Amino acid sequence: MMYTTLVDFRKNLISMHELPVTQSILKIALEHAEKANAKRITDLHIVQGELSSMVDDSIQFYWEIIAKDTIAQNATLHFRRVPAELQCMACFQKYHPKDGELVCPNCGSVGAKIVAGEEFFVEAIDIDE
Amino acid sequence: MTERIPVVENILSANDRLAEENRARINAAGVFSINLMASPGAGKTSIIEQTLPRLKDKLCVAVIDGDIATSLDADRASSAGAQASIQINTGGECHLDAVMLHGALNQLDLTKFDLLIVENVGNLVCPAEFRLGTHKSVLIASVPEGDDKPYKYPGMYRGVDALVINKIDLLPYVPFKMDFFQRGVEALNPGVVTLPLSCRTGEGLDAWINWILQNVKR
Repeated sequence: MMYTTLVDFRKNLISMHELPVTQSILKIALEHAEKANAKRITDLHIVQGELSSMVDDSIQFYWEIIAKDTIAQNATLHFRRVPAELQCMACFQKYHPKDGELVCPNCGSVGAKIVAGEEFFVEAIDIDE
Repeated sequence: MTERIPVVENILSANDRLAEENRARINAAGVFSINLMASPGAGKTSIIEQTLPRLKDKLCVAVIDGDIATSLDADRASSAGAQASIQINTGGECHLDAVMLHGALNQLDLTKFDLLIVENVGNLVCPAEFRLGTHKSVLIASVPEGDDKPYKYPGMYRGVDALVINKIDLLPYVPFKMDFFQRGVEALNPGVVTLPLSCRTGEGLDAWINWILQNVKR
């Protein structure tokens, strides 16, 4: 039997990559603020690895829209960047990958393990009690 | 008084939790599932069209298609012989996420199938960040895209379980250095299964079909 079923998300017209991500950030902040009986969230501290594809300007843009009328309204977003770090699988040298450069600067081998740079998490929030 | 509350919570953890739920549902039904990712025009739908007739007598296959709009791809999968074909329209979203797959799985009686193919939105950046819960991630590269793609889209190349190189029939006509391409792949994803093929001539498709059948048996 042949049939096509349509599952349509097109009603969310403004939705783009960073919107669900920003909603997730707000949800995490509100949950932790509620547990601490906060009256207001003043600052959010977000850790973002260099290899993460999230765009902080877009997050900031959506943040101002979706945080409105919550206790996180007007909270400042702080992004702490973590540089990428690779470890060569041949000589175990750790190095920072330069643009498009995937070769170990020590021994010239390709093939590396990612040690850091993929982080993307809420580290802390500042609240008024 | 202002106070700092430690949080340390992964921002994509809600997606990851739902992806685990999707995986549990797929596992409970005994289905093997793959997430097909590629840039637009690399041949995701073409490979599905070539795959379905070759599996016709062996496996019962469901296809879930992600696109920003239209049901063109799901219609092509239906015509090629998918026993069920579901189109997700993401409404501008550049990738599928676990929530969308969850919604589509609700439309399927998974117990009727052996294989689930999820065709992600054509994009070489975003789909890599959002886990769906499928068993294997497959990236379809294609020769006319150019040999520099592993270097330009490392996030996509490093996370996949198998790499198809489509349109190898065009190798004589385009400046694609296979050595340079594979060096980039090897740097990001050492030892990844690589399947060069052509959907147009059929060359290499047997190896791809065998890769699927071996995984379904497990």
